[in-house]
Amino acid sequence: MNALAVPQALVECHELTCAYDGSVAVDDVSMAVRRGDFVGIVGPSGSGKTTLLKAVLGSIPPASGHVHRLQGLTMAYVPQVESVDWNFPVTVLETVIMTRSRNGWWPRTTKDERDHAERVLHRLGLVDVAERHIRELSGGQQQRVFIARALFHRPELLVLDEPTSGVDVRTRHEVLHLLADLHDEGLSIVLTTHDLNGLAAHLPRVVCINKRIIADGAPRDVLTPVVLEKTYGAEMEVLIHGGMPVVLESGADHVARRLSNLTTF
Amino acid sequence: MIATLFEPFGYSFFNNGLAVATLAGALCGLLGVFVVLRGMSYIGHGLSHAVFGGAAASAVVGINYFIGAGIWAVVSGVLIGRIARRRIIGADAAIGVVTTASFAIGLALLNRYGQAKKSIEAVLFGSVLGVQPADIWAVSIVAVLVGLLVIAFYRRLLFATFDPDVAQVTGVKVAWVEALVMMMLSLTILVTMRVIGTLLISALLVIPAATSRMLTNSFARMLWISPVLGAVSGFVGMNASYHLDTSASATVILVAAIGFVVVYAATGLRGRVRVAHVHHI
Repeated sequence: MNALAVPQALVECHELTCAYDGSVAVDDVSMAVRRGDFVGIVGPSGSGKTTLLKAVLGSIPPASGHVHRLQGLTMAYVPQVESVDWNFPVTVLETVIMTRSRNGWWPRTTKDERDHAERVLHRLGLVDVAERHIRELSGGQQQRVFIARALFHRPELLVLDEPTSGVDVRTRHEVLHLLADLHDEGLSIVLTTHDLNGLAAHLPRVVCINKRIIADGAPRDVLTPVVLEKTYGAEMEVLIHGGMPVVLESGADHVARRLSNLTTF
Repeated sequence: MIATLFEPFGYSFFNNGLAVATLAGALCGLLGVFVVLRGMSYIGHGLSHAVFGGAAASAVVGINYFIGAGIWAVVSGVLIGRIARRRIIGADAAIGVVTTASFAIGLALLNRYGQAKKSIEAVLFGSVLGVQPADIWAVSIVAVLVGLLVIAFYRRLLFATFDPDVAQVTGVKVAWVEALVMMMLSLTILVTMRVIGTLLISALLVIPAATSRMLTNSFARMLWISPVLGAVSGFVGMNASYHLDTSASATVILVAAIGFVVVYAATGLRGRVRVAHVHHI
């Protein structure tokens, strides 16, 4: 069959439209996430990135069109670090095994769960901090705890919302390498990001959206001045550095923004 | 001296009140964990005021308190949900409108038709000494029920309380879990209100849980420390109120509050010592 030629679609959106309170957030989007994909969804704030992600996960219903998920597909979701309540009383271990709630009801951690959690913690280099409160971790560790929680219930598709927003350069590299390793091990990944150069340009496939899909393909084909202007509504330049596109904001845009700031203050 | 300490135990009304106050403390302490961690102390406050309206109405109409106030609480909950859905208003304002209106209806009804002052005071401040066997039964049954539900739903309650979005995606029916919390909360307020009173019940839903949060970084441990603190507050407060001749519910809350202040000071001090150690390195 053609299964070898085109990998199986895990999630397929057909002419998907999503709306909040009557205003359209995602408009007529058709795209597929296939087994082995590593996709970055990019676009400006309010472009519907997170909405599209939530529609893929099935946590918001489509206004029209539909989302088809492979029967029995296990998905795991890693929320934005900013959305986590860091004062909540849980340790790293308790956080990681939280997704076990689908396994049963017995409150105590079973031996199987503990063993599996230890493997995941070991894989992500978190064994030493397993008993710490989640607030007492470094930025990279905090991000990894939530990836560990997602991996704990053995997903086929990992979905991350802005995995590198608000983190420093070192943490960004750490997260990117970790995701690349997981992808090499066979995990399919979809993420959203603001970070064109630090993250999107490194991925095999990038989807630019601004409510509608503007472009979908390899970064070299997608991160072009024409596509970026359509996506962001601002002029951008693209250089090729080491075979990879590097996106620069155009100077005029910068100056204009500074001057408008000056007149307000 | 010792004889004076044991003196109140000679009265059965006191023993009844003591049993209910201790149980109510444990029950409110347990549910308070969810109230505090979800940042919904205003819901506890609001619901207790709403139930007051139901209590007054059922007294006037002459139906059983638990049925009348129970129905009233459910209706208020649904109304709050409906009004809050209009985003422009928001949940906190919706709660404010519904519950204060409900409270006002209760007051007006009691003024117009009730035995007026005495029953109003009883509902506002509770009457631990007027506790009837039915109250002991009601609080005991709800305490056992809530305890069992928290154990049975522990995993889902933890996940949905910490991270509702991800819990939903992982297959936890978050709307159901939230309804369960609201139901346990309404039941708890219903059976403990006549004992502690409308005005002070929200304190018992917040203080023991807040104190236990300072004592531990573990959700599981909070779930037993907080009920223990609540029960101790109920027990000690009741005894103190007998000897000091103060309002029972007020004394229970004051004991809980003193516990909070002591732990706040002690953990603050410990934190400072830890910082000092770090500086020495």
